[in-house]
Amino acid sequence: MRLVVDLNKCQGYAQCAFLAPDVFALHGEESLVYNPNAPEEQRERLARAVAACPVQAILADGLDDLAGEPGSGSGREASDGR
Amino acid sequence: MAADYMDWLRREGRIVIVGASLAGLRAAETLRAEGFAGELTLIGDEPYEPYDRPPLSKSVLLGMASPHRTELPHRLDIDAKWRLGVPATGLDLTAKRVKLADGDEVQYDRLLIATGVRARPWPKEDEARLTGVCVLRTRDDAADLYQRLKAGPRRVFVIGAGFAGSEIASACREMGIPVTVAERAGAPLVGALGGVIGAVAADLQTEHGVDLRTHVTVTSLEGDSVGRVRAVHLSDESVVEADVVVVSLGSQRNTEWLTGSGLGAGPRGIACDAGCRAFDFRGIVTDDVFVAGDVARSPHALFGYQFLSLEHWGNAVAQAETAAHNMICRGADRRPHLWMPAFWSSMFGVNIKSVGVPPMGDQLMITQGSPAERRFVGVYGYQGRVIAAVSFDNTRWLEFYARQIERGAPFPVEYPTVDRRPENRQPVAADFPDPSLPTHGPTVTLSGYSPADQQLVFHPARH
Ligand SMILES: Cc1cc2nc3c(=O)[nH]c(=O)nc-3n(C[C@H](O)[C@H](O)[C@H](O)COP(=O)(O)OP(=O)(O)OC[C@H]3O[C@@H](n4cnc5c(N)ncnc54)[C@H](O)[C@@H]3O)c2cc1C
Ligand code: SF4
Repeated sequence: MRLVVDLNKCQGYAQCAFLAPDVFALHGEESLVYNPNAPEEQRERLARAVAACPVQAILADGLDDLAGEPGSGSGREASDGR
Repeated sequence: MAADYMDWLRREGRIVIVGASLAGLRAAETLRAEGFAGELTLIGDEPYEPYDRPPLSKSVLLGMASPHRTELPHRLDIDAKWRLGVPATGLDLTAKRVKLADGDEVQYDRLLIATGVRARPWPKEDEARLTGVCVLRTRDDAADLYQRLKAGPRRVFVIGAGFAGSEIASACREMGIPVTVAERAGAPLVGALGGVIGAVAADLQTEHGVDLRTHVTVTSLEGDSVGRVRAVHLSDESVVEADVVVVSLGSQRNTEWLTGSGLGAGPRGIACDAGCRAFDFRGIVTDDVFVAGDVARSPHALFGYQFLSLEHWGNAVAQAETAAHNMICRGADRRPHLWMPAFWSSMFGVNIKSVGVPPMGDQLMITQGSPAERRFVGVYGYQGRVIAAVSFDNTRWLEFYARQIERGAPFPVEYPTVDRRPENRQPVAADFPDPSLPTHGPTVTLSGYSPADQQLVFHPARH
């Protein structure tokens, strides 16, 4: 499953790294690194991370049946690009 | 009449997007999300569907992601015709046609140009061809560089200490590879953040074991008998042996294909109005050609209407959305692209972020934390206004400063803050190099007149 994090928005709160540690990791105090292609078995954890991010910085596709509205990816990434 | 045309365009018009990367994809999605039902074509010279670049110098080099698997998630199904692996080679503005390298021509009613930039190659071609001389812009570049790093080179040499070069040096150190970084200026990141912050970045590098050489240029690359790079010669006459050389000298705008088209496109990008409409070479705005992303230069009201070229991920997304919106709506419903510039990078475990336009700042004040602790916020001032802010591991403050920039808040900053240190009460010179001198690929380029009538002219870096 593909994902991208808008790291301008990301505040390094690390909820995602806590919920899906195989996909997201903090590098140092605040830098988030992640795997933009999460393996299928991470689906549920990824969906939880997407839902838990307090600034809705994570956009992932292929989660429609778990979270987000159909046909809109996660549908949760706001669109100001920041 | 105009309204009828717009209804027709939205229903059955043809929109062509040249450049199938971040800006191109997000524009296509916005067009569909806003109801464009006509024919949509995306043309891209890379044989891949749109992928994300920032991970290429970060999680990919750290081994956390595959260089071939950074494709961007889609926000929705864009139902487009994809023409991938074929470059656009020409544009006929009158006939409204894009020419492709395979001889095909694609007709449009509205065109979006999002051809971005490419890595500036090492200028001496025979040296650039040596095995082990790399650049980093595409996923193929990243795959190649990662392979070379994995092979355990004796030393990597990075030419240019901008963000990209510094991130690569950081990855090398993390892999335990000896690395030398050469920078013409006095410190890393100087073009983007100025000398004061540059000095902090320099300390970061040396603390992590980077062999940092400043105020030097590379004069030549030396190869061995089988065409592999072996050593790097510097202007101070020193010679450094290295078997991987990463050329990180900034970028060049992909505008050559527009030569002779009549569009105002050149080495500095494509100028457009605040509504993302491209100017022709006479300075007259076109109504059916739009621009977005790294290739665009657009005026920004918050920054004295200077034309900004922002090689920022967030700008590509925001400008693509605005351009797409404006392409399919009536004049009165158009929006200006007034995105607050924002950038992030991470190196040596430190998260570096900025908002606003730091290179416009002439003064700098540390408002939170302290550079010695590698955790601080620096605020840039320009003519009594807050114009930008940078944070090292202190993201939570940037939103606040973004609002201050928007409001034109006074500089020096006066508000009492939580962890302000007494030693930081006075602003200091931000210490940017003379803007008329070449630097290594600034991520923000100012061009045109500033309100102070100080003319800033961009000269592409030459080594
Ligand atoms: C290694 C790396 C790390 C980065 N890290 C960060 C970061 O940490 N933070 C940040 O804010 N930004 C970062 N960026 C910048 C960010 O990736 C860019 O701002 C963004 O990719 C711009 O998107 P774009 O669509 O405008 O242009 P591009 O991504 O450059 O896409 C343009 C596309 O058009 C294609 N093209 C060019 N000419 C033609 C033609 N004639 N015909 C058809 N297609 C053509 C190109 O091949 C390319 O695929 C980084 C970039 C790189 C390379
Ligand atoms: S949860 Fe959101 S804000 Fe926090 S680190 Fe992850 S992406 Fe960033």
